[in-house]
Parts: sequence; structure tokens; C-alpha cells
Amino acid sequence: MFLINCPYCGERDQQEFKAGGEAHIERPKQPTELSDDEWAEYLFMRKNIKGVQFERWNHAHGCRKWFNMVRDTSNDEIKAIYKMGEKPPAQ
Amino acid sequence: MTKNLRVKSSEYIDETNRISFKFNGKTYHGFKGDTLASALLANNVHLVGRSFKYHRPRGIMTSGSEEPNAIVQINPGTNRTEPNVRATEVEIYEGLEASSQNCWPSVEFDIGGINNFLSPFFPAGFYYKTFMWPASFWEKYEFFIRHSAGLGKSPTSSDPDIYDHRNIHCDVLVVGAGISGILAAKNAAKNNFKTLLVDEKNELGGSTVYENNEFNKINNKTPSEWLKKEIEELKNIKNLEIKTRTSVAAYHQYNYLLARENLTDHLEAKDKTNKIRQRLLKIRAKKVILATGALERPLIFNNNDRPGIMLSSAIKKYSEFYGVACGCKNVFFTNNDSAYESALSLYNKGINVEAIVDIREQSESKIVKKVKEAGIKIYWSYSIVDTTGYKRLNSISIMKLSNDGTSVTGSKISILCDCLGVAGGWTPAVHLYTQSGSKLKFDEEKQIFLPNQNTSEQVSVGSCGGDFKIDEILKNLNQKLKDTLNINETDLDSIKVEIDQENSKRNIWLLPSDKPLGKTKPFVDYQNDATAKDIKLALREGFRSIEHVKRYTTTGMGTDQGKLGNMHALGIIADTAGVKMGELGTTTFRPPYTPLTFGTIVGRNVGKFFDIFRRTPMNDWHVENKAEFENVGQWKRAWYYPINGETMHQAVQRESKAARESAGILDASTLGKIDIQGSDASEFLNRVYTNAWSKLAIGKCRYGLMLNEDGMVYDDGVTTRLGENHYLMTTTTGGAANVLGKLEDYLQTEWPELDVYLTSVTDHYATASICGPNSKKIIKKIIPDLDLSDESFPHMSFKEAKIGNIQCRIMRISFTGEQSYEINVQASYGKDLWEKCMEAGKEFNITPYGTETMHLLRAEKGFIIVGQDTDGTMTPIDLQMDWIISKKKYDFIGKRSLYRSDTMKEDRKQLVGLLTEDPNVILEEGAQIVSELNKSPVEMLGHVTSSYFSPNLNKSIALAVVRGGKDMIGKQLFVPMENKNINVTVANPVFYDEKNQRLNA
Repeated sequence: MFLINCPYCGERDQQEFKAGGEAHIERPKQPTELSDDEWAEYLFMRKNIKGVQFERWNHAHGCRKWFNMVRDTSNDEIKAIYKMGEKPPAQ
Repeated sequence: MTKNLRVKSSEYIDETNRISFKFNGKTYHGFKGDTLASALLANNVHLVGRSFKYHRPRGIMTSGSEEPNAIVQINPGTNRTEPNVRATEVEIYEGLEASSQNCWPSVEFDIGGINNFLSPFFPAGFYYKTFMWPASFWEKYEFFIRHSAGLGKSPTSSDPDIYDHRNIHCDVLVVGAGISGILAAKNAAKNNFKTLLVDEKNELGGSTVYENNEFNKINNKTPSEWLKKEIEELKNIKNLEIKTRTSVAAYHQYNYLLARENLTDHLEAKDKTNKIRQRLLKIRAKKVILATGALERPLIFNNNDRPGIMLSSAIKKYSEFYGVACGCKNVFFTNNDSAYESALSLYNKGINVEAIVDIREQSESKIVKKVKEAGIKIYWSYSIVDTTGYKRLNSISIMKLSNDGTSVTGSKISILCDCLGVAGGWTPAVHLYTQSGSKLKFDEEKQIFLPNQNTSEQVSVGSCGGDFKIDEILKNLNQKLKDTLNINETDLDSIKVEIDQENSKRNIWLLPSDKPLGKTKPFVDYQNDATAKDIKLALREGFRSIEHVKRYTTTGMGTDQGKLGNMHALGIIADTAGVKMGELGTTTFRPPYTPLTFGTIVGRNVGKFFDIFRRTPMNDWHVENKAEFENVGQWKRAWYYPINGETMHQAVQRESKAARESAGILDASTLGKIDIQGSDASEFLNRVYTNAWSKLAIGKCRYGLMLNEDGMVYDDGVTTRLGENHYLMTTTTGGAANVLGKLEDYLQTEWPELDVYLTSVTDHYATASICGPNSKKIIKKIIPDLDLSDESFPHMSFKEAKIGNIQCRIMRISFTGEQSYEINVQASYGKDLWEKCMEAGKEFNITPYGTETMHLLRAEKGFIIVGQDTDGTMTPIDLQMDWIISKKKYDFIGKRSLYRSDTMKEDRKQLVGLLTEDPNVILEEGAQIVSELNKSPVEMLGHVTSSYFSPNLNKSIALAVVRGGKDMIGKQLFVPMENKNINVTVANPVFYDEKNQRLNA
């Protein structure tokens, strides 16, 4: 059970949150211009790495805000949390 | 047989409070403060159970939660019965009953005991190997295997007790209240850390409170004397909460721990009622100090499992703490000095100690000298090669150990005894430590696994951290406390310690016998009957990983998780395979540390609190009118309203006809409702729905279909434009929360520039939907001054109105194909509104209908239900709903995916109608559809998604998804069932009123 520091509410139990997959995948602005392969790349391809991963999380049972998290999947250490739209911290 | 083995009064035993209890039907007496184990031992009862596989007689081995053998059924035959309880942890109370497990007909005479003599035929993996063939016979084998095995009986009636959960947040959690834990908690609390100290026992102090080795001194007092004063002082410290009878079950990441607090298990039945029995503590600690101590290891030798063979430290605890002698003729078998403390403890109380068998060559510590002076015979460099006594130990045979420790020589000496204390050294209790994700490292010198890499703010102190002697413990504890708590001084700075140094060690994981290993029974895991022989067999058969050996031999897989024998298993594997123990690693220690009751886990979430459910404001009316309910998501929805004993089919046929012939009323309050406001609301809807919204006039409604980015239908519903920048979206009942989540996600992450605000208002409004040819007349009666003409209030439009003083929103929208009005009022007026509608509709035979009729009516019209006719693989084109996809819009969620090569394939499953050849045959939902009957394997074209008998068409109708179905209208297909083939014809999915004339009828 993680203890997650919501950037809007502070530390809360993991139960209040929902994980939303890989972060920093922007929806293409002009989808119709993309080939099937390019669209599939956006639609389906997600990283699942052992190590430091950038993720989206949502404080679903709290402020309902989405934010970003840097998490080491090998030991579940949360390395950083930052708001949507902010740049990821330098590694 | 019964004799009294009380040897002295103990301050922890109240001899003025005599307690009677029953074990295996026989009445015994003990005293307040006794555990079931200590009370039985005081009555000279050692035989308490039978082992799992060979049904060998087994006795009490330990004095704590690590007990592998003395597993009993508490209060058998009552609704409070509990299986698999360790007799060493049960505090006795008046009226307690307990019985042995895993024996039939009795523990004294157990038929399964024949397995012991057949044991050469039960090697490791016996069940895997034997019952593999023939495969179809497994069910028959299983019956007999399950019958002869078994660990206790579960209760057959519901649990009468109350359980509870509590969240605790603290600065410092100290687990274990032995000497290290007490000093850690005291110093943490004194330095203003909010501290919680928990211990699984009912008394604080751990083993130090009965530690009377005269050669160890703290500030010139014996450790027990000194510690008792410290415990006294704890009572006056602020910031410190102490919980006894509280066992930490799990240590998760981020210092989140679960503990079970036992509140009434030690009380008499009359004192248990209306009290919380056990409480699950959910602890979030900033720092965790583990002071879980160490567990004494047994020694692994031939027939080391007989009743009367116990851990040396347990014998000492029974003697010092409970005032009970475990035997009249005691022998100790050891590889270190701690057995000498136990021997001396017995000697000082006048209990006979026959001999000490020590595998070491010598030891020169003060305590050993003292034992020698007492005249107790010590056999140096000897090992036990066998024991005798079926239901109780009566002798041991010893032989001289060779220098390398792998064989025995010389002549055999036999020693008569009724109790044998074994001392194989100490294993730090690192279970909780590793559960937290932290990593261990093997210490070659001490031959134990020690904490190495911490993953959270935690520290292991005392013997669980590898310090066993009081001077080491206190010195290292002092430094660890300063580092962990960031403090400069502690109580321990000025402490003076004297100790007796142990100077000799010898560790042999598997002790030799004069017989070959194949003819001996050296048990490693007592509870699961795994012997050293089984472990070696597993290695010979090619198993290498410790995890595989564990599963193959079941070593460490009992309810005790092998707390006693795991280290030996590792040692034997390492020795046999010629690898270092550090390279082998350990098996995983999984929560819970000791078993938890289901009651504790579920707490108050039982009965109607098991799961959340939601009821509409009209619910009471439905209940009063005998509706049957169905679960839709969390909602309890009226399913149908049977009258005069109608079946569901009869009720639904009646309701469906009434809705089309006169008037029906449906509670539609559960539909998801999202209030959408903001200057970009129209643009937002354009992006999330497939159709165009910009031109929807204020006061008009429109049906919308929402896709996922992969082009598959996600949700649908009608959205009404209430104002220039104000919409009310409805969603499916089950999809409401997910739709809101998805819309918020896009707004926050993809389109933060849009000025749009979303509010869930599902619970704010109650909705009654009135449909049928007489619906307009009923509305007119309720709201006489509302202009209901088709010109002023056409289909797909909305009006605000008042019923009396109650503001309401009326949408003229239809899910049945009939003229239909949905009235929305504030939730609190819901039942009132419903009753008004029923009253006004009386003359038109207004008929309440439930979800089943709603489904039937919409199926007659070919309207889809997302989640029933779709399954996350259906595009709007597959549903023949091309009309709803805007060609003009540049983009919307899922648009690009509709042009992927896969979604454009002609032979995708498509929604069609099916009509059976015999109109009275109703297809089964989920039935498969094929085009040929005589082909094998036959190709499955699709399946039936909705199927009903339509009373309005007087024939059965069905919706189905069929591969390439769009182009099959009129084609004959087959639905093969178990005992017949049903002929069906593909049809247009709109069965009723294809031209939608009834909407304005």
C-alpha cells in the first residue's frame, strides 16, 4: 500500500487513487494525418519496464485530479510526483 | 497418568484462581495466567495431536506462536469454534473446550497412524507421482485423500462475534515488547514521538522477564529484575500506546502494517458477548522499529518428533514463567550454551536433570561450569542417534560424533528420560522485515540471515537484528535508536552490563545416526512431516531452487510456515548441493505471520454492509408493491412487479403489453446524469460524442454515442441542452462513474484549454419515465397548464415545469418507441412524484414496469444496450449505426480508429435481428450461431445478445452479433443447442414500428 503525496491534497492512502498507465503520451493533434501504424503506436504501445517509469495517477476518491508520478517498478519507490502539464524532473 | 507438575508459584500465574477446562472431552484444571499448553503440561499431557501425513503422535514443542504441533480445535461443535489454533497461544478460561485435530477416532488411537508404518511408500512428491494416472481418476483419489487429511473443522453456523477495524497513524511503531522493544518504545516516546508498542503476548517483557542467569547483570541487577522496573516506568510515559495480545500479521511497503488485536479470546463465554472480539489495526508508521526477537531452532536427528521432545527455551519458559515442569527425567541436547540455562533453571527448582548431550567438544563459560558443579552429567561431542516411546518419549540413544560431524562411532549409550530439551541455536525472526520488501544477507560466522538493505524507514533491534547477548543488544540498540530517531542521548548511555561469554559453537544442520538416512526419520518440518530424507530426495530428482524444493517436499508450507525448520532445510540443501547458504537465499515469508480469522479481515463489512448498494428515492414504493429487484452496478433496480403469483415471464408479458397499449411507468433514477457547463461545453460534446452538437437548439435533446479511442462503443445516452452553455448528459446506469472519469481525464490532460465544468448529479434527481399512448393525458393531469402539443413540446425536446411548488424538468424522449415523458425532480420528491403519477394514471391502468420489460420494449425497437449487445469490440458501424457518425467533424474520440484496416473489415461481427422458424421458440442469450451443421470443427459466426418473447408481435425476437451479418438479411442460420438445432432467419434488428410512427401517436 503506497502512501501517495497528492500534489493537491497531501499524503493519502493508495486506496484513494487509480493508476492510469504510462505518462507523457500526448493524443495526436491531427489523428487523420497518421498512418495505421502511427496511430497504433499511440493507441496500443505502452512501456512496462523494470525500473524507473513515468505514470499517470488519479486521486479518484479525493480531489479527482490527475497527476504524474515517477516510480521505480522494481521496488515501488515513488521518486517524484508532479502536476499535469509540468515537465518531468531531470533524472 | 494425571499428576501435578507445578513446581513453584510464579508471579504470572494466579494460583488462587483455579480454572477448569476440557481437552478431548476430559476435564483438567489450570490457573489464571496459564495457556492451554502450560495447563496441559502441568497435568502431564504431552500428546496433543497427530502429524499431517504419517499421523505420528505429537506433543507441545514450543511456548509461542511458532508452535508446529500443538494445533487444536477450540470449542468444537459450537458457533464459536475455531480450527488450527496453537495451544501455546490460547489463554485458558473457565469453560474452555479444546480437541485434537487430524486424528480419528481419537488422538490416543488414530487409524491414520498406519501411514507411519507405510512411510517408506510416502516419499516427497508421493501424491504428485501416484495419483497422476489415469488422469480421469483424480476425482476418486481426491475424495479419499481429502477424507484422511484435514486440519480441523470450520464452523457451520454464522460467527456470533463482532469484529472491527481501526486506522492508526504514529511516528514510531515498535513491534515486540521484549527488552529491546521496551527500551526502544520508552526512548521514542520520551523524545516526543507518538509511539505505539505492540506484542503478541499478554505480558510485556519477552523472554528477559524470566531470564535468571546469575552471570548476566544490568546495573548490578539480574536482567529480569532490571527490566521489570523499566516496564513499571512505561505506565507513566505520555505519547505511548501499548497494545498486548496484538500480533502484527503483515508489513507492507511504505510502513503500512496490519495487526490483529485480540480482545475477548481469553474471556469466558459470558464476558464475550456484545464485545468486539478482534480488531484489525491498520497502522501507518513514520518509522518502524522491529524488535521481534529470535526463535530457537531444534536439532535434526532421528525420531526427533516424539511427544516430550521440546525446545530447550520452551522448557525454561514453562518452568520459570508458568511454574510447570515438563518432565520428571529431563535431558537436554544442544549445540550452544542456552540449554545450560534451561538445565540450571530446572535444577534450581529441584527438577531432575539426567544429562546434557552436547555436540560441541567443550565450553568453558561460567554457566557450563556451574552445571558441572551441580553434578549434571555432560556428554561432550555426543549426538542422539535415536529415541523411543510412541506416545511419550521414554529413552534416547547417544553415540560419539566423529570429528567432521558426519558420522557416529563407538558404542551406543541409552538414557531413560520423559522430556528432552533441544537447543539448536537462535534464528532471528526476520519474517516481518522481509515482508516489507527489505533484503537479507547471510552471516557466515553466525550462520543466520540478517537484515541488510532496508526499503523503508525501519530498523531491526535486538536479536531479530542478530544481537543475542545482552551487552551487544543494549550497545547496538543505543546506537540504532540514536540514528533512527535522530537523538543525541538515551537512557542506555549510562547502563552497566556484565555478561557470561559463550566461547564455543558448533552447527550441524543434519545430525548423523548409526543407521543410514533412508532408515531414519529426522523431521525438518514437523507440521507437514517433511524429513531430511525428503529434501535430499528432491535434490536427487533434480530440484535446485529452494522455492521448488519447498513446494515439492511441502517443507515450510504448514500453518506455521516452517518457523522452526526452514533454516535446517536450507542448511541441508546447501550441504548436499555443495553451495553456500548465502547463495541459496530463502523462501519468501508471506503474510500473515500467524493466521488471521476471516472475521478480523472483513471487520464490519458483513451482511448488508458487505458491499455498497444504492437505492432510488422510489425504492420504498417498489418494495411495498412487491417488486423483484436486480443488481445493476451498485444499484438495486426494480426488475419486474409480479401480481397474483405471476412468474417473471408472465409479469413481463403483461407489463410490456400495458406499456404499448395504454401507459407504463419506469423508475429511471439510476441513469447517470452529468451536468456540463462552460463556454466550451458544445465543443467538448463534439469531441466526446460521434455526432455533431454545435447546432442543437436550447431546449432540445439528442442521443449520443461515445467511443473509446480504439473506436469501440463505450457508452450512450441522451443529452439535453438546458442553456447556451449548459447541458445535462445522461449515461448508462452502470457506466456513469466511468464516463465521468473518462471525461475528466480528457479535460484535465488532453484539453485543459477548454472551459468546461463537470458535476455528477445522478443522485440529485429522481426520474419517472411514463410511456405509452396515454402518457400525454397523464402528464396533462399532473401539470394541467403545460402545453403538451407536438408543436410546442415535440419528441426530443425539454421543458421546465412545476408540479405544485416542485420544480421539475421534463424530457420528451423515448427508449421504448412509445410516446414518452421523463420527469426529473429533486431526489427528495421522488417518491411523491411517483405516487402522483400512479394516482393520475389510475384511470389509464398505468402499469409500473421494471428493467426486464424495459429491455424487452427496447429490443422490439432494436435499440442497443451498451454492455449487453456490445462487449467492447463493437464499433458503431458494426452496430449498423453509421448514421450517428458525423462526417463533417474533423475529430472526436475514437474517430481515427474507425478507419483502421481492422475496423473496416467487411466480415466483422455485426448487429442483426434473428427470428426463429417456430415463433414460440425463444433463443438463449449467449447461444452460438453457425451457418452449417455438418462441418467439424464448425465455424462460430456469432452469438445471441438479447432474446425475448414479444407480446406485442406475438413471436420471439432476438438481437445477435453475426460475422458479416449486415449482408445476410433473409439468410437461414442455425443455433445448435444441447439437444436440438434451432433454425433462425437473419432479420432487420428493428422489429416493431419501423417508421417510428408511435412516437407521436
